[in-house]
Amino acid sequence: MEWRDANRMTALTDLTLAAMRDGLRARSFSAAELAQAHIAAVEAARPLNAFIVETPDHALKAAAAADAALARGEAGPLAGVPLGIKDLFATEGVQTTAGSKILEGFVPPYESTVTAKLFAAGAGMLGKLNMDQFAMGSSNETSAFGEVVSPWRARQPDGALSNRVLVPGGSSGGSSAAVAARLCAGATGTDTGGSIRQPAAFTGIAGIKPTYGRCSRWGVVAFASSLDQAGPMTRDVRDCAILLQAMSGFDPKDATSLDAPVPDWEAALTGDLRGVRVGVPREYRLDGIDPEIAAMWDAGLAWVKDAGATVVDVSLPHTKYALPAYYIVAPAEASSNLARYDGVRYGLRVNEGGSLDAMYEATRAAGFGPEVKRRIMIGTYVLSAGFYDAYYRQAQKVRTLIARDFARAWESCDVLLTPTAPSAAFSPGDKADPLAMYLNDVFTVPSSLAGLPAMSVPAALTATGLPLGLQVIGRPLDEAGVLNAGFALERAAGFAARPERWW
Amino acid sequence: MSDAPFTIRGTTGDWEIVVGLEVHAQVTAKSKLFSGAATAFGAAPNTQVSLVDAAMPGMLPVLNGECVRQAVRTGLALDAEIHRISRFDRKNYFYADLPQGYQISQLYHPIVGEGHLDIEPEGEAPKRVGIERLHLEQDAGKSVHDAHPAMTFVDLNRSGCALMEIVSKPDIRSPAQAGAYVRALRSLLRYVGSCDGNMEEGSMRADVNVSVRRPGAAFGTRTETKNVNSVRFVMAAVEAEARRQVDVLEAGGTIVQETRLFDPDRMTTRPMRSKAAAHDYRYFPDPDLLPVELSETFVADCAASLPELPVAKRSRYVEALGLTPYDAAVLTAERETADWFEALLADLVRRTGKPATELAKPASNWVTGELFAVLKRTGGGIEASPVSPEGAAELLALVADRTLSGSLAKQVFEAMVETGDSAAAIVDARGLRQVSDTGAIDAAIAGILAANTDKIAEYRGGKDKLFGFFVGQTMRAMAGKADPAVVNDRLKTALAG
Repeated sequence: MEWRDANRMTALTDLTLAAMRDGLRARSFSAAELAQAHIAAVEAARPLNAFIVETPDHALKAAAAADAALARGEAGPLAGVPLGIKDLFATEGVQTTAGSKILEGFVPPYESTVTAKLFAAGAGMLGKLNMDQFAMGSSNETSAFGEVVSPWRARQPDGALSNRVLVPGGSSGGSSAAVAARLCAGATGTDTGGSIRQPAAFTGIAGIKPTYGRCSRWGVVAFASSLDQAGPMTRDVRDCAILLQAMSGFDPKDATSLDAPVPDWEAALTGDLRGVRVGVPREYRLDGIDPEIAAMWDAGLAWVKDAGATVVDVSLPHTKYALPAYYIVAPAEASSNLARYDGVRYGLRVNEGGSLDAMYEATRAAGFGPEVKRRIMIGTYVLSAGFYDAYYRQAQKVRTLIARDFARAWESCDVLLTPTAPSAAFSPGDKADPLAMYLNDVFTVPSSLAGLPAMSVPAALTATGLPLGLQVIGRPLDEAGVLNAGFALERAAGFAARPERWW
Repeated sequence: MSDAPFTIRGTTGDWEIVVGLEVHAQVTAKSKLFSGAATAFGAAPNTQVSLVDAAMPGMLPVLNGECVRQAVRTGLALDAEIHRISRFDRKNYFYADLPQGYQISQLYHPIVGEGHLDIEPEGEAPKRVGIERLHLEQDAGKSVHDAHPAMTFVDLNRSGCALMEIVSKPDIRSPAQAGAYVRALRSLLRYVGSCDGNMEEGSMRADVNVSVRRPGAAFGTRTETKNVNSVRFVMAAVEAEARRQVDVLEAGGTIVQETRLFDPDRMTTRPMRSKAAAHDYRYFPDPDLLPVELSETFVADCAASLPELPVAKRSRYVEALGLTPYDAAVLTAERETADWFEALLADLVRRTGKPATELAKPASNWVTGELFAVLKRTGGGIEASPVSPEGAAELLALVADRTLSGSLAKQVFEAMVETGDSAAAIVDARGLRQVSDTGAIDAAIAGILAANTDKIAEYRGGKDKLFGFFVGQTMRAMAGKADPAVVNDRLKTALAG
């Protein structure tokens, strides 16, 4: 390959979705070229283990269709854009595992609503992205297909890259790693308690979890039904708006889907925050907060003021109960949602002992990883007779109180600004204690419990050169406000860092 | 002494029985409770299964509004409280024919609350049985254990079909009441159109809760006999289980609260294979489904869509049409019969211009007599009747205008059943018209009297019974077509000499 070609390919993988869209329409490059450049990047990045399955044919076919549509002048909004798809989304004819052995080899005969919408808009699929098993995890260490390696490496004092492997966050860690490493400009993620926002923060990209019900859950392997929401992960806020718009919309096949119009979110991006009241929840100022996180937060508050916003102090008094409530509600729902993986109809079956119960036990013992088993056990326990009232019912009450906290906050502010995660990315094995891992969700879980739109925007680097993210939380259905605040922060932060290629 | 309608005389004294029934009725709907799959009975295994019914990953339930409508209509027919907000819960357990690993049901907030059903048990006074609740739930699939020596096959056609579970209060005190309750409920469901009531196909089955007690004492421990699928078996299960409990108690034992099965071959109950531990179903609200909120308009529309129900219809037949309570009960037992009868009566009124009050009794007699006899012979229900209500009205109109006598009408009806021709056509073709012409009848009578002078003497000597002989002879001479009233009248005159 000549150097110019190589440069051109690199340049194509550096493009944002918006730039791809504009370049394709201007015929600066073809969708086929765009697909090939990304397919090559995906192949070259296998050490990251971001993909469980690569689907170059899918991307090329979509590119060919896009080129033809572009020639006719009738291309869809995402025509020719190659995307990564989290392996939680059922993709017709392409293995869908949710990162678990129990679904290894499972090829759905149906397409999830979200991916169907993306493909109908002209996007292609580069492959299925690795993830924490059944979306349970914050580091991608629970995947049955090997952990995803972050493209980021810390810088040593001498300026050299450390060899220490870092996690890409989770559960959408394949998504965050692939977008940050320029394997795709956009990927789907899902967020139950922070699974879009925390990995976005860990890898220096943007990601938004919309209002619960914005994106259909039909065809998304369920973790915790009342919390699961799909959303986009991209390198900037504009791309989040573009991709979210294509993913959203009412779906009669999902009873919890919102029958609300999908606004033009991209058009709402002005960066002008005049008249916007930005709330700072005092309960998020944790004792012993990482000074680098605190500094980023302060910088973020300065930036929004510069953009015209006023900053107000607010209280979310039940914040400290959010994490315990979440780790009751989510496992409870999961323990029931995962009952269908029983070896009877699809996926793994381990026949041992000759009885139905023995088959169940052997199949589920072999098919589920330890974290999934832990949560099934927690969930089973909290729903059991005699414990239901003490745990599940109490947690639901807490959930109501947390939603009320936010509703009260909206009386005095329009969006909330907080850090996304309490730390930068850590290394695999650093949080071997599950409770330490769960604490990573401390800032993201409350808004999940309340079903609110929330996004993470890359805001700063640590002293060792690792990205940190700011979280913007908004009112129900106010993705426009969230995205615009994110847009203002992004512009002010001027975050331009990218992982140096070592793979 | 007990004033209960049914007691079991044990060796230590009398026992009363206390029964509550949980009836599972499959909702008549084209598709399942939470999926678009079809629900026809008898389809090839696993051909009526959607991705949702098979619990494929990522599939979600969406509530079928028609099932909600039918549940509300049924609740209204049971004079029950309709809950404006209800909710679905998950009942978690593992079984091969339960693909989700949970059944979606309504434990905490059922769609229908308390109501009642009026029953008329055979040989007992009418009674009102309380309804505790009615809720919607999914059916499970079917496990087939006997198709292979080592394997169980699973048919998911039924998986996800909508069931109404209708729970009675423990108000039932005899096997006859239990039977009458199931019959009345089945009839009501068929009137409402919310369930076809087909017990052979499993569209309706009952779980029978039975306990026994000393007269007036507190309720005893109950057992639940599952999936009893006919009225006769429900009655038999109640009696067999009650007698078993009495035997256990009188032998110094205690009743264990357990689930049992009815054995129709031996007419006894036996414990279900006990699963190692008692199930903890871990009910919790299904997070895939929103609460069901019913508007007043929706409930009002459901009420407006209800037909006249059996109890109201029966009293109208007695009060407005002058039928006997017995005939009214027979005609209203099945909606199809009542509809048929009403169509016949309406057409008869139209044809004759006579009031329904005058025509109802002969029409009722004809339906419950002539028609039912033919149906019994041909072995079909009224929906398979060989004559239409309009065809029958034509026949009965000919009786009403005295074109046909009762016995001629019988002949014509037989011919209608045989040929499918209309009554008028048969009357014309076969000349079966009744003769009321006194000249012809007098001539026939004169001939009969001339040939039987000895019998005339005997009759005049006081042997009144011979009048029948003269009637018969005259009718025979008239080939059965003479108007019997005219024959009677003319004969009396002639014999009086």
